[in-house]
Amino acid sequence: MNNVTASLAADRTRQLRAAPTVLLAVAAVAAPFYFAPFQVFQLTMVLLYAVALAGLNLLVGFGGQISLGHGAFFAAGAYSTAVMLDRYDTGHLATLPVAAAGCFLLGLGFGVPALRLRGLYLALVTLSFAVFLPPLLKRLEPVTGGSMGLTVDKMQPPAWSGLAEDQWMYFVVLAVASAALLLARNLLRSRVGRALRAVRDNEGAAEVMGVRLSLHKTLAFAWSAMFAGVAGCLYTWVIGFVSPDSFSFVLSITLLAGLVVGGLASLYGPLLGAAFVMYVPSVSQDLSEAAPGVVFGLLIITVMFVAPTGLAGLPGRVLGAVGRRLPRTTAIPDRTPEAASAPDAEPRPTAAPGFSPTPAPADPAVADAEPVGAPPRTTEKE
Amino acid sequence: MSAVTELLQQVVEGLGSGAVYASLALALVLIHRFTGIVNFAQGELAMLSTYVAWQLVASGMPFWLALPVTLAVSFAGGMLVERIVIRPVQGAPELTVVIVTVGLFIFVNALAGLIWSFTVKDFPQPFPDGGIDLAGVRTDWSTLGILGVVAVVMGLLYLLFQHTSVGLTMRAVACNPASARLSGIRVGRVLMLGWGLAATVGAVSGVLVAPVLFLEPNMMGGVLIYAFAAATLGGFDSPVGAVVGGVFVGVAETLTGAYVDVIGADLKVGVPLMIILAVLLVRPQGLFGRAAVERA
Amino acid sequence: MRKTTALRAAAVVTAALLTATACSSRRGQDAQDTAADGACKGQQTTGITDTTIKLGGIYPLSGPASAYGTISKGVAAYFKYVNDKGGIDGRKVEFVVRDDGYQPPKAVEEARRLVEQEKVFAVFQTLGTPSTAAVWDYLDKQKVPQPFVATGASVWGTDDKHPWTIGWQPNYVAEARVYAKYLKDERPHAKVAVLYQNDDFGKDLLGGFKKAVSGSGIQVVAQESYEVTDPSVSAQMANLARSGADVLLDVTTPKFGSQALAADARNTKWNPLHIVNNVAASAAVLRPVGFKNVQGVVSATYFKDPADPQWANDPEMKTYRDALHKYAPDADPDNQFNAYGWAVASSLHKALDTMKCPTREGLRDAVRNLKDVKVGLLLPGVTLSTGPGDAFPIETMQLMRFKGERWQLFGEPVDTRKEFGPLTK
Repeated sequence: MNNVTASLAADRTRQLRAAPTVLLAVAAVAAPFYFAPFQVFQLTMVLLYAVALAGLNLLVGFGGQISLGHGAFFAAGAYSTAVMLDRYDTGHLATLPVAAAGCFLLGLGFGVPALRLRGLYLALVTLSFAVFLPPLLKRLEPVTGGSMGLTVDKMQPPAWSGLAEDQWMYFVVLAVASAALLLARNLLRSRVGRALRAVRDNEGAAEVMGVRLSLHKTLAFAWSAMFAGVAGCLYTWVIGFVSPDSFSFVLSITLLAGLVVGGLASLYGPLLGAAFVMYVPSVSQDLSEAAPGVVFGLLIITVMFVAPTGLAGLPGRVLGAVGRRLPRTTAIPDRTPEAASAPDAEPRPTAAPGFSPTPAPADPAVADAEPVGAPPRTTEKE
Repeated sequence: MSAVTELLQQVVEGLGSGAVYASLALALVLIHRFTGIVNFAQGELAMLSTYVAWQLVASGMPFWLALPVTLAVSFAGGMLVERIVIRPVQGAPELTVVIVTVGLFIFVNALAGLIWSFTVKDFPQPFPDGGIDLAGVRTDWSTLGILGVVAVVMGLLYLLFQHTSVGLTMRAVACNPASARLSGIRVGRVLMLGWGLAATVGAVSGVLVAPVLFLEPNMMGGVLIYAFAAATLGGFDSPVGAVVGGVFVGVAETLTGAYVDVIGADLKVGVPLMIILAVLLVRPQGLFGRAAVERA
Repeated sequence: MRKTTALRAAAVVTAALLTATACSSRRGQDAQDTAADGACKGQQTTGITDTTIKLGGIYPLSGPASAYGTISKGVAAYFKYVNDKGGIDGRKVEFVVRDDGYQPPKAVEEARRLVEQEKVFAVFQTLGTPSTAAVWDYLDKQKVPQPFVATGASVWGTDDKHPWTIGWQPNYVAEARVYAKYLKDERPHAKVAVLYQNDDFGKDLLGGFKKAVSGSGIQVVAQESYEVTDPSVSAQMANLARSGADVLLDVTTPKFGSQALAADARNTKWNPLHIVNNVAASAAVLRPVGFKNVQGVVSATYFKDPADPQWANDPEMKTYRDALHKYAPDADPDNQFNAYGWAVASSLHKALDTMKCPTREGLRDAVRNLKDVKVGLLLPGVTLSTGPGDAFPIETMQLMRFKGERWQLFGEPVDTRKEFGPLTK
């Protein structure tokens, strides 16, 4: 971006960048009036999972800490909401801040021991937490309804809106999800985000530069748990039913898989990952009724083959590859640095946009669509 | 039955489950030593190997012939999996490889269901029925048998890691594949060997536990979590650690389930969590692991 | 500039996704829901015509509970068989199976797909208590029948807010009552140890049993639970053995049933009367343990076990085997879940035959007004009966004891409604 052509083209680029965003927004608002209720419901679920994945992304993608226990925070959010609705009749809106704050604190509590644990060990501790939660929920029967779960009222559209239930739910979730995704973006642009990425890329150097390691790592865990809790809260609003076995450790693994498939450390990764988690199981069944699992497993593997850095990184990779094959005079200067920065990372050129002290305000994507990958331990180059 | 006998009986029960966890933990440690990743599909590959053995026995082959054939098939299968499924993502971020093993997990589990259905299969018990009675404490031959085989496998792995050139090569590859390649090690072959060996150890584990847990596609799913706990406790690098970890988790879980009423059988799954957390807070590298030395 | 590319690509992908999903249907199709004329005026005829009827089922074809997925094969085989014989009252059945992986949110999605996109007449079977509980509110609001759900929780029959949902198999409390009655008659001072699965199934059965034996000389002296994610129940069995109980009530699902039976057989010092619940009483569960190790085990049943040679010449069993062989060649006819699917599908056939109006309301009322309906694969003496105040189609079971290589029925079929009175919340 530091050559003359680029700065001349900046205006046009900005417009180009804005266009798809606007298009996306229009499509998002128009969708529930166009699609059948069942498809609107699917889109609602995609948005809901995207919130959870965005939270996980903060931790795994930007913080470099692996959590296999986010299903537990998701469950905590869902259950706190269900219990409030069921026992105390609080009304739906009151449950959101409680679920968010509760999970933030829970995450803070988890973030402290997590400080001492790295990579694998953290993943396994969080995984055993996710395994432990369902039996605990069953044990706390007087509050949680035990293994039968709790059925609560779904959110109903107010009369003035003139919307059907699925449309109203969609807009509510869309609003919360947009707010959450914006918050995630802004968080990453703030000191916190820069500190996180600095820590991920080189812990030692970051500390020397004055980043308060423990504070930021703990906070990352807390924020991330909060997002999962909010997603859980939305889940209860939409599904209207929680049971301990809905939140088995499979959910945690699915969330992590969805994030990696969608693309780590990318803004659109969580959305793409959520769509994958939501739609691909049904597609698998359409392809093979006898064993949908066979197809689903193969699809995960295939996506990782084709896009090792996730779906969000795929277009960049494809264009990069095309760019290398067909040398174009204008394209080359732009693309080569990125193509080169892709898999190797030894002297990690983290000149990724938001990393500079003063991020360009018009930057729509805070991070690189070509993620550098979570725990920066594999530093080899094929 | 006196209280002491009862306690000892519970300890023996714990040893029985601990041996099961340890057997799979060994395979996890092996693959981690070779390739530096956590293989989520390890349990499922073991289950698949067990089905191979079952199929051979069901088609009339004697068990003691079917066993070596199964181990050979598993070794080849493991290498094949590395070549076909893992090689294409070598060099991608570590998490990508881990997620590929998650995909493999789902795939293998469903495949076994498709081929052999989800009906429970009877698997021949290699050890004699019954057990021995020592001062009122009953130990099944199968428990002793599993413990014995696990100890042998542990010993072999220890020798492999510490006293062969393969062990050294392997450590070099897991530590830094790029440098290993530069110094003339054929990284691909070493990784294939790692997957093959891990699949073989997994097959041993599957064959050992199938008569106790009963063979069906989800047989190893529950074991995997405990095996992770065992391996983590042992430091994820050391075969001795994996076995000690497995036995410790098994005994601790059984005793708390039996004697601590607040926990009871339903929450005993929380015991490994507590143990891991406690151990890691004191010793982040696990009981037998070595602390990673980092160059900042 | 890669960001722009990614953004653009994301937008394109989203757009493509949206258009792709849009191809099949759009909003506003709700208007196509149809209503009947004449005597059945105003009732819904969605999914049913004079020549066709469309049903949808939700089963775990993937995930941890896939073992039950094969029920859908038994059901599908039955409908294909009936279609080749001219259909149900001249209507060909189209049966759409969807996979929920035993996850409630997925079940909600699939139920909506079946109702809104596939336009099914009824959601015939959701499997498992969590999935069923997750969708019954929705189906109730949409006024779509949810007949014969594949779970034995008693709530489907005791609840009065969901008229569109009804169970089929004997509920777990009814089953517990059968064992309670047996013990009261045979072992009035029994000390019972209970192994149960820590979910609605185990809790319902255990609770029902405790209630049914309260006030008698029978005591529950020990109880141990396990999670479906546990690798084994051997530790629980060791704890139960310490109790010195003389009866073991084994409330498990197939794999754990095999483990518990094997653990009991291994422990030569403790020899309780082993009562294994119906879910784990298939010959397929006992065979791996070794028939010599399960002699004298007691259970109760309500339908004919296809693996049991005593039914080999039963005409309905022959039809079932031939049809399964023809229409679902990859399904194992010996698997009791396939037979379960066949039996429940033929029960639905009978219910559809008794509909006064060929409408959703007609089916809702028909399944709640069954009068001693006989179904081929059910045991002699077990019939479907419902009515006002009785929303449990099957409440009769017969005890059986394992002897030699097969189950032997003994005693008279136990009608738990007669013995213990109607089940209330």
